[in-house]
Amino acid sequence: MDTLRVQRPDAHTRASRKITQPAAFCRQGRPAACIQRPLGPVEFRVLPTACRMSPPPCLSLPRDLPRLVATALAAWALAAVAAPHVPSSDAQVLERVPARAVDAGVRDLQALRTAWRANPRDADLAVQLARRYIDQAAANGDPRYIGYAQATLSAWWTEPAPPMAVRVQRAVLRQYGHQFTEALADLDAAVQAEPANAEAWSWLAAIHLVRADYAAAARGCEGLAPLTTPLLAAGCRAAVDSLTGRAEPAAAALSAALKAAGDAGPEERLWALTRLAEIAERRGDMAAAERSFREALALGVADVYLQAAYADFLLDRGRPAEVLTLLKDGARADVLLLRLALAAKAANDPRGAGWTRDLAARFDAARARGDRTHEKEEARFALALQGDTSRALMLARSNYAVQREAADARILLEAALAARKPDAAAPAREWLSTNRVESVVLRSLADKLGGLR
Amino acid sequence: MKALLAALLFVLGGWTPAQAHKPSDSYLSISVSDSGISGQWDIALRDLEFAIGVDADGNGEITWGEVRAKHSEIAAYALARLALRGDGAPCAIEPGAQQIDDHTDGAYTVLPLAIRCAKAPAQLAIDYTLFADIDPQHRGLLNLQALGITRTAVLGPQAPTQTFELKAVSRWTQFIDYAREGVWHIWIGFDHILFLLSLLLPAVLLWRGQQAQQWQPAGTFRQAFVDVFKIVTAFTLAHSITLSLATLGFVSLPSRWVESAIAASVVLAALNNVWPVFHSRRWMVAFGFGLIHGFGFASVLVDLGLPREALALALVGFNLGVEGGQLAIVAAFLPLAFALRRTAFYRRAVMVGGSVAIAAVAGIWLAERLFNFKLLPF
Repeated sequence: MDTLRVQRPDAHTRASRKITQPAAFCRQGRPAACIQRPLGPVEFRVLPTACRMSPPPCLSLPRDLPRLVATALAAWALAAVAAPHVPSSDAQVLERVPARAVDAGVRDLQALRTAWRANPRDADLAVQLARRYIDQAAANGDPRYIGYAQATLSAWWTEPAPPMAVRVQRAVLRQYGHQFTEALADLDAAVQAEPANAEAWSWLAAIHLVRADYAAAARGCEGLAPLTTPLLAAGCRAAVDSLTGRAEPAAAALSAALKAAGDAGPEERLWALTRLAEIAERRGDMAAAERSFREALALGVADVYLQAAYADFLLDRGRPAEVLTLLKDGARADVLLLRLALAAKAANDPRGAGWTRDLAARFDAARARGDRTHEKEEARFALALQGDTSRALMLARSNYAVQREAADARILLEAALAARKPDAAAPAREWLSTNRVESVVLRSLADKLGGLR
Repeated sequence: MKALLAALLFVLGGWTPAQAHKPSDSYLSISVSDSGISGQWDIALRDLEFAIGVDADGNGEITWGEVRAKHSEIAAYALARLALRGDGAPCAIEPGAQQIDDHTDGAYTVLPLAIRCAKAPAQLAIDYTLFADIDPQHRGLLNLQALGITRTAVLGPQAPTQTFELKAVSRWTQFIDYAREGVWHIWIGFDHILFLLSLLLPAVLLWRGQQAQQWQPAGTFRQAFVDVFKIVTAFTLAHSITLSLATLGFVSLPSRWVESAIAASVVLAALNNVWPVFHSRRWMVAFGFGLIHGFGFASVLVDLGLPREALALALVGFNLGVEGGQLAIVAAFLPLAFALRRTAFYRRAVMVGGSVAIAAVAGIWLAERLFNFKLLPF
């Protein structure tokens, strides 16, 4: 659910930014419904900025005018942040960065970096440094660290068979960029060479879950089980079982494993409780879901995923006011900002407009660099906050081609329903029936879509 | 154990970084004009800190003083990672005095660039390797303005060298482009053509109202020509007025009503041939309805997009194109109609039958546009 991973810009997106495709222009109700106009090399002369940014297949005024204006404004806003100035005094603080004079962790990291730079082909050093950067990215959510981690592996980045430790970290970084196929190839090679590589098994299971290949995910969990704690092993199995027609036994088993794991740390407990809450919610046992969510929150570990999941639970229950309280400090994270904006809309909170604007700016910034890893959130944003059904559906479909978790299916079903295009959600409906997924919400959406035919 | 937990936590749970952070981007603007090439490069202080260390005292706060002390080092570092080539020959890049700007994710140093190429380049190649060695996810967002054209591109290790054609777009080519659009539009704009034809069909005839209640052939070509000339001129004048007013934003009407009114004008003009109300002075009809057709042309022109720096040029070009297209239709129509004017075929089949057919088609358009449905394929 709600994965936000750093991704390398997609080649197609980049190309379309430079080379404007033939655009078609039309006016509503014109006799010639759509004037096809191959633009070729002249296109830059006549196209307005909005068209150059991302040529829509067919423009129609005035229906598209708001969109054109919005795109143009967004582009302009991106450019117009610019107000270069000379700060008033030398003492003025412009930016905050990790404090190496104060923070020993920062100094450690720097020492490690210096050592690696002296010897960039040292696989042990490189892997060690990459892991540290990945941890940093996870801890403070700064995707720059994913880039730094990638740089430490640059000596092997394009090699077919780097050392196994390098290969596993490369897979981790590739999955952040949604390059799942390449990541899986690395991980398969790693578990073959080192069947006791717990990290490789766990990523393997995790990626197969995201891709909805449950048989392969189950094999990953099996490989992992003897190498990890009973709780994590149970959680891995429950994640697979709960989506393949065995939700009740999955919940029971995970619950039992949690009770038995008295020594598990708060992070591990939080993770297990969140899974339990989600399984219960999917099964329609809202009371059990709420209990698990609250128990997880009570652990006092700041966890963006948990907050987002509980916020969604509350939004579905029609309790937006509680979301506004829950997330009052969380506006830094896109996923939380999205929930805040949704809650504000539901509760008629005046702060909603500002949050919606901020979100739009963040999505624009991601798009400007060709980043497509935010499509799920953006689809939800387009559907619920911008009322742009067709764009929401386009994003949800594109996202579902890459990620197929329950939340990915949900936004696809919702967007297809709003657009009254049941066929667009066929992959999600097939996923529901093939795997016998138990989910009250998804089933009801799918039924509504079926009723549209 | 920790890494393992990371996998299960962040993937099974969905990895959700706090994205007030965003990946590293720089903003490179290059502007090519007749007077030369200039640029501006916004680079995040956070990235510079990681690359060369800007926070001199390491207290976690980058001050203006610390940035200022590093200005020459920053410029040298950045310019060693950007190369421009005009038509293959390297261009010299001179850094200017740096300033500070705030983007959504923090403070950036703003590095002005004075760029000198051997001659005004027709082709500009950009080699961009900033931070490529320390952050392969870094991207440079290019905004290239050349002679009124803006281009954007994403620079970075995925495409370290990118080449852009800067061929000067002459005003003349631009003008011709718009004129061509105008011609094209009148030719495929069946409603405008049918309106014009409805008014032109009777031009080679004269209405004998008192005696015969019927159309009779016009005597001379000159008579017919003058009639056509008046109609076309009135139509042209009228739609030029509203086209200009609407394009320049002085007047705006809802497009559905404009389109519906255009369809209605075709119906009325065609029916007027069967049951004449206006038989002389049809130029007045042409003028009145021409005002409405002008709004229709304007929305096409707006769809095409108007270059801000050459608005009048585009307007005139497009309008002349429309007139040219119109004249071509008239030139094909008039001699033919004049030659056929005495035949029963012209007076019955073409004049009456044609007008009824036009009225029928336009009637369907009118319904389609009023009630927003689609029946005809054109």
